Amino acid sequence: MAELMYWEAIRRAHDEEMARDPLVICMGEDIGVAGGTYKATKGLFDKYGPERVIDTPISENGFTGLGIGASFLGVRPVIEIMSVNFAWLAMDQIFNTAAKVRYMSGGQLTAPIVVRSPGGTAHQLGAQHSARMEKVFMGIAGLRVVTPSTPKQAYGLLKSAIRCEDPVFINEHELMYNLKGEVPDQEFFHPLEGSEVVREGRDVTLFGYNISVHWALQAAEVLSKQHGIEAEVVDLYTLSPLDRAGIAASVSKTHRAIIVEEAEPAVGVGSEVMAIINEECFFELDAAPLRVSAVNVPIPYNRQLEKAALPAVKDVVDAVLSQVAK
Amino acid sequence: MNAADKKRLLREMLYARRFEERCYEAYVERKIGGFLHLYPGQEACAIGVMEAARPGRDYVITGYRDHVHAIKCGSDPKVVMAELFGKETGSSKGRGGSMHIFDVEHRFMGGYALVGGPFPLAAGIAKAIKMKGDDDISICFLGDAANNQGTFHESLNMAKVWDLPVLYVCENNMYGIGTRIERSTAVVDQYKRVCGYDIPAAQVDGQDIETVHAAAKTAVDHVRSGKGPYFLELMTYRYRGHSMSDSNAYRAKEEERQWSKRDPIIILRDRLVEAGELTAEEYKAMDTGILDEIEQEVIPFAESSPEPKVEELEKYVLAENDPWVHGRAQ
Ligand SMILES: Cc1ncc(C[n+]2csc(CCOP(=O)(O)OP(=O)(O)O)c2C)c(N)n1
Ligand SMILES: [Mg+2]
Repeated sequence: MAELMYWEAIRRAHDEEMARDPLVICMGEDIGVAGGTYKATKGLFDKYGPERVIDTPISENGFTGLGIGASFLGVRPVIEIMSVNFAWLAMDQIFNTAAKVRYMSGGQLTAPIVVRSPGGTAHQLGAQHSARMEKVFMGIAGLRVVTPSTPKQAYGLLKSAIRCEDPVFINEHELMYNLKGEVPDQEFFHPLEGSEVVREGRDVTLFGYNISVHWALQAAEVLSKQHGIEAEVVDLYTLSPLDRAGIAASVSKTHRAIIVEEAEPAVGVGSEVMAIINEECFFELDAAPLRVSAVNVPIPYNRQLEKAALPAVKDVVDAVLSQVAK
Repeated sequence: MNAADKKRLLREMLYARRFEERCYEAYVERKIGGFLHLYPGQEACAIGVMEAARPGRDYVITGYRDHVHAIKCGSDPKVVMAELFGKETGSSKGRGGSMHIFDVEHRFMGGYALVGGPFPLAAGIAKAIKMKGDDDISICFLGDAANNQGTFHESLNMAKVWDLPVLYVCENNMYGIGTRIERSTAVVDQYKRVCGYDIPAAQVDGQDIETVHAAAKTAVDHVRSGKGPYFLELMTYRYRGHSMSDSNAYRAKEEERQWSKRDPIIILRDRLVEAGELTAEEYKAMDTGILDEIEQEVIPFAESSPEPKVEELEKYVLAENDPWVHGRAQ
């Protein structure tokens, strides 16, 4: 097993799929000659040429629509949107076309595109560059949403997403591209549906996804060492459809649930997971589930305010302690 | 333009250059964070165009490369720097940052980070001006690559069909981050793209501020006289990377050398010296004065200003005490 960075894992998946299938292409702003803002397509322009590694104009809705149109005829576009904040501009084509065309054509057409984009809040990028949009995508019927927390997932999810017949949105993270982790040398395909218990525990379940899995793991360490509380951490790498069985199984074991999300609480992963808990295993609960989320504000530029707006490991620990005390 | 005006413009451009260079240093010192897009090389564009308009009265809107536009509109450089330092005394009270300078008092309607976002906003501002019957105009400064957004075409069409008093200024530096214009854009002369909307358009050298000023005067007069929109393309070059995280590796060194010879500050300075209107000593003194002002006034103000209060994180999300929230005016 080789240790790869998150961006290297994504790059490898692109490379293998492009080598295998001449209809796999990638598109996006500055992904070709420049190799991509986060290097996810580095070197591919030289290897596969401008017909397949396409530097697009700054026309998000246009090039996403073009990718969808090409996918009608069997092309497999992997579309990089430089930052999820710009995905709002492509939302018309993602929402109104990609997610609906299979259904409204009665199964005749499908749009097997992959849209990859870094979400999340980095450092002081301000209100228009710090959106967390996963909650928007996961509410769209006809679209699959996955979000890798490790290089292994980043590699395997992209591989499966490219092969999958459905449109898939992959929510990456600006702060995670340099994260290192083991990726199997053998080709492998990560399931697009499911969740994974990444730390076993008996006292409480911490649900995380993408970067918040790491916060949950750190909080679990603190809880174990300082408070003797054993938290289970569940990685919700699939945001749509959420893994109802996996969520219910862990809560039925620990009887306590906390959802850790980087986004604002309203209409988000946390509210959705809570609804599932209510529906699937309400009577297993020993305490009311809690959310650890961002404050409901546009992200401020000032560093102190930005920190105050976002959840931190300490907030997770505090939430567990308050829940256990009840 | 008389000699005194030219000297003033030279000082304004030099001030802008030094201000931006100081931002660069402050970023390296980690006083400024986030994305920082600097303006060296393009000074004659914002300053030359606004000189032909009414800074502080005509409305201006732009993208993320916005410090100099705000200052030319009348923003206090101290307040702009304080914003970059994230302070409560900053233009946007530390909430906005470099890409979001706003100074509504001076009718600087903001810096926006989404490429192409300001095009329709500028048309909307022009619509409001027209409804109010004022003789102000709306001026939108954006880059060349922004013209590939649909909003460009949609806005030009609306501006023309409703005869809106808006001037679109395209600062064509031939790159959108690392992608050179001909790799992303079918027609590289941006003014030609406008003919489809029957809007008068011109393309001029953006490095010579006198040329910019003359072309802008024609444009501003056209718009202000009620004849509808105008499009002005300025050929220019940015001397630094797209932002602080960009190395510029994609640009040919020879191209950079050619453009460095066309520095807007040097062009005007040499012209003034040749005409006997400026001496080398005067220029030196001007530069020293600017550097001193930045070091002794601008930076200390930004440094010593207070941070926003964390308790006020949620201030400005929504209007405070709006009676209509309760369905009645009190
Ligand atoms: C909608 C959107 N897409 C992409 C970006 C990323 N981006 C920021 S600036 C830029 C290039 C813009 O180039 P241009 O309009 O020529 O302006 P310049 O930076 O050269 O002044 C890109 C692609 C963005 N901010 N917004
Ligand atoms: Mg440009």
